[in-house]
Amino acid sequence: MNVKTDLRAERGYFGELWFGAKSLLIGLKVTLKALFKPIVTVQYPREECDITPNYRGHVELVFNPETGGCDCIVCGMCARACPSDCITVKGEKKEGEKGKTLTLFSLDFTKCSLCGSCVETCPKSALTYSQDYNIAGFTREEFHYDLIERLKRRHQQPLAAAAGGN
Amino acid sequence: MPPELLRMIITAVLVVAFVFLNAMILGYMERKISAHIQRRPGLMEVGPHGVLQLIVDGLKLIGKQLVVPEGSSPFLFRLAPLLSFAPCVLPFVVIPFSRKLQAVSMDVGLIYILAMTSINVVAVLVAGWASNNKYSLFGTFRSVAQAVSYEIPMLLSLLAVIMMTSSFSLEGIIEAQKYYWFILIQPVAFIIYFVSGLAETNRAPFDLPEAESELTAGFHTEYSGMGFSFFFLAEYANMFTVCSIATILFLGGWKGIPLPFYDYSGIIWFLLKVYGLLFVMIWARWTYPRVRFDQLMTFCWKYLIPFSMANLLITAIMVKII
Repeated sequence: MNVKTDLRAERGYFGELWFGAKSLLIGLKVTLKALFKPIVTVQYPREECDITPNYRGHVELVFNPETGGCDCIVCGMCARACPSDCITVKGEKKEGEKGKTLTLFSLDFTKCSLCGSCVETCPKSALTYSQDYNIAGFTREEFHYDLIERLKRRHQQPLAAAAGGN
Repeated sequence: MPPELLRMIITAVLVVAFVFLNAMILGYMERKISAHIQRRPGLMEVGPHGVLQLIVDGLKLIGKQLVVPEGSSPFLFRLAPLLSFAPCVLPFVVIPFSRKLQAVSMDVGLIYILAMTSINVVAVLVAGWASNNKYSLFGTFRSVAQAVSYEIPMLLSLLAVIMMTSSFSLEGIIEAQKYYWFILIQPVAFIIYFVSGLAETNRAPFDLPEAESELTAGFHTEYSGMGFSFFFLAEYANMFTVCSIATILFLGGWKGIPLPFYDYSGIIWFLLKVYGLLFVMIWARWTYPRVRFDQLMTFCWKYLIPFSMANLLITAIMVKII
């Protein structure tokens, strides 16, 4: 059996005309239907999509609602695990507290390669990936993130609301 | 000032203004319809739903420099856009927009329009030749071959209507459709005319002369600024002319449900029909892929021309019998 039969020769002159006309009309029907269907694109700067939870942005401190801060114990594992040397962690011993308190967690995102080693090594799981994708900037200093500041800013609203509730 | 001169000036201004307005409306329609067929919103930024976008585009094109490429023929290069634009404006003079909205009434109106639209081929030839660019030249070759081939079924299909009305005058043809539209008794001629019209105006799926994936832009590759926009205006003016001939010959022209001031308000029906056909043209463009050159020629010589010949023969016999 010859599988590759010439369909065009098989249909003949008028069959070809009929077949062609029918398929052209089907094509028009498809596009006419699409014309009246809702728009699927997003007008980006005007509206934004929700990002998937798997999104791996830059590193962010995890908020602990019980303490109202983060779980970082200033062990420095993340800074040591970082292959690009872009994390700086500083902490100090405060009176009446167990262990050290975090005073500075800065991330130089211009050098970060998003490998995620810091998130994996953190013993307290105090680091996570940010969902923020609108991170264009004009200077390189804009990408030197102070993560404590970002944590505070992120949770200002819920904290204020919680304070108002009490 | 003699009234005839005044009439000429008013006509000239109105016709050119209409050509520009038509290009803006069609440009907007095309971009919006293509966008919605592809399920995106299209123009949204300038003005509500982007209605002012075409004005901004026009200003940009006026502001741009017309670059004359090295090694080209400067006189012909500058002449071609004008040669393309001027004949496209002229058909609007004889188109009966309504019973009394017609600048010049001509006994051979149809022949006049067909003659004027054919000059566009010369402009394309001059543009491609003068550009000194291989893509422009290839686009030109294709365009001329296509236009010459598709002229034949186009004229043969119109001839069937002419046989029935025995008049070349556009008002006469509209008057002959007093009781029914000619599309009802000449559907084959209408389809052949419309398909040939698509090919004549270099619209998709017959847009080989400007196939951007192969020839960058075809014959107007080297044109910038107003040089390009004259070709653009001419293309849209030609589309309008083709659709208005279809409306006059097959869809009863300005005839419709009588409205107040019918001698003038017939223009509403006329424009509705014409823009309906233009919508079909745009719709077809965003549905079909481009045909190959051999398919283009096969379709014309093996299908359109035999069918229009047969249609003409049957019409002739019927006219003789009835």
